Amino acid sequence: MSEQRPIHPDENPEGIHLPLEPLPGHTSRGRLERVLRRGEFAVTTELNPPDSADPEDVYNRAKVFDGWVDAINAVDASGANCHMSSVGICALLTRMGYAPVMQIACRDKNRIAIQGDVLGGAAMGVANILCLTGDGVQAGDQPGAKPVFDLDSMSLLETIRIMRDNGKFLSGRKLTTPPQLFLGAAINPFAPPYDFRPIHLGKKIAAGAQFVQSQYCFDVPMFRTFMQKASDLGFTEKVFILVGVGPLASAKTAKWIRSNVPGIHIPDSVIKRLEGAQDQKKEGKQLCIDIINEVKEIPGVSGVHVMAYRQEEYVAEIVDESGVLKGRRPWKREARADDALVAQRLDHLLNDNITETQVDMVKSAH
Amino acid sequence: MDSTQPISTTAKGPASAAGEIIPPSAAAGVTQATIVKKTAPKSDYKPADVSPQRRVQRSYSVRLWSIRHSRALEWFYARFADMFLMLHPLWKGIGYGRVEAPVKFVEKRVKGLMFDCRMCGQCILSSTGMSCPMNCPKQLRNGPCGGVRANGNCEVEPDMPCVWVKAWEGSRNMVKGDAILAVQKPVDQSLRETSAWLRVTAQAAATREAAKTGASA
Repeated sequence: MSEQRPIHPDENPEGIHLPLEPLPGHTSRGRLERVLRRGEFAVTTELNPPDSADPEDVYNRAKVFDGWVDAINAVDASGANCHMSSVGICALLTRMGYAPVMQIACRDKNRIAIQGDVLGGAAMGVANILCLTGDGVQAGDQPGAKPVFDLDSMSLLETIRIMRDNGKFLSGRKLTTPPQLFLGAAINPFAPPYDFRPIHLGKKIAAGAQFVQSQYCFDVPMFRTFMQKASDLGFTEKVFILVGVGPLASAKTAKWIRSNVPGIHIPDSVIKRLEGAQDQKKEGKQLCIDIINEVKEIPGVSGVHVMAYRQEEYVAEIVDESGVLKGRRPWKREARADDALVAQRLDHLLNDNITETQVDMVKSAH
Repeated sequence: MDSTQPISTTAKGPASAAGEIIPPSAAAGVTQATIVKKTAPKSDYKPADVSPQRRVQRSYSVRLWSIRHSRALEWFYARFADMFLMLHPLWKGIGYGRVEAPVKFVEKRVKGLMFDCRMCGQCILSSTGMSCPMNCPKQLRNGPCGGVRANGNCEVEPDMPCVWVKAWEGSRNMVKGDAILAVQKPVDQSLRETSAWLRVTAQAAATREAAKTGASA
């Protein structure tokens, strides 16, 4: 059986069930870093977090991405709207062998909680963390909440970098096992101050960013100018840039997003193109594919981050039709270090006779 | 109770006896925040629609003037810091602890007028183009967030120019404006409401001492 199947590059040659060995020059054991460092075009996407306590909701929403993406972002209350936490989603995803990107927003947690979550996430098998500032509470469903913003995205990056590289908390206290992580940040080249944005990217790299995911890109010329400036400053060689793309459902949605969601820039030409189409939803998808095909040729772009909010079923089609994977099949399962332990426990539960009485337990304890 | 909707309860029973207004969930095209605001109980008293942080602050016109004159203020600030350092023996003689209250009183009022200072106690005005980053609703000290509006205004306060757009403009006028590129450490909240002037002076004096002893040794 194993002779017939060629071994996937992101699979432990000793066996599928074993976790990936660390590679030289890699800071994490995750496959997103492997794919990017191999020079392959990476595809990441975003899981729409459920408003439920049912793990099935997460599994079902992740299933549509199977075999099409290299990592799934677990968003941390995006838009300041309350959903299942990113730590919870990551726990479920890593349990099923998915490679999540754990997002941490500074809006809801102070530095004590964040550093604890980083350790917890890394212990669960999270290999990638995306450091965000987070939207203001006024944008979400609970505008009366207290905005925390104890750290900002930059100092958050630095904090996690210190934990990983120096094996220390921000306070200087030592960690017994530092987390192995691939650190990410967000960029928005489409918001003022435009000439500061490339320099800001450099600052994020200095703080520890190894990959960045951009805000929705609908204005390719604007993005190209940004990339030109960033590569002139020498930043594009130091960081993997994933361009944020996504399908727009209709011209009406596009207009609404433009006026209600801060930081998303949609040029008039895009809206005109959608308005002129027979089937706006299909045109939105085609527009997304066209943008992917344009940005993938820009030097310095290492991948795309497909954000298809409430249209997750289109992600596979978009990735397939744009052909960015060039026939590559992203590895579906990522084994965790403690998988064997879990299997052993499960085996014990399923097969061993554990219906002993409390009296027996006391007896056997001595 | 025959209603299928869960009712929030405390140990003593329902959290509110009166009919609670539960905002319906958002349909496409409306934000949940808008619905929450619309369903809030109406009264005659309507506070200005700004964040609580903005309510404690005056108009920001003086702050913008300071940013426009960042180069002059940078020059002045350097002289001022030298003067404070020259007075180090005086501060030490009286005791830094004793002068803190009066210095803080002056510092809070002067910087409050000029920069809308929030007394974080670790002033980085010289690295942020004389635009106080603590006025950002997210208190970002390392650069703008991704939500800056196309007209350069804040995402949280639609009528306020983004603190970091202004900081970038201010820093371009300054001689040492490239200090904006340095990555700032997170704010030490335990230093709030303390005098940054005295802290900087004491630290500068300490490094001067160390340099002197290092040179003589």
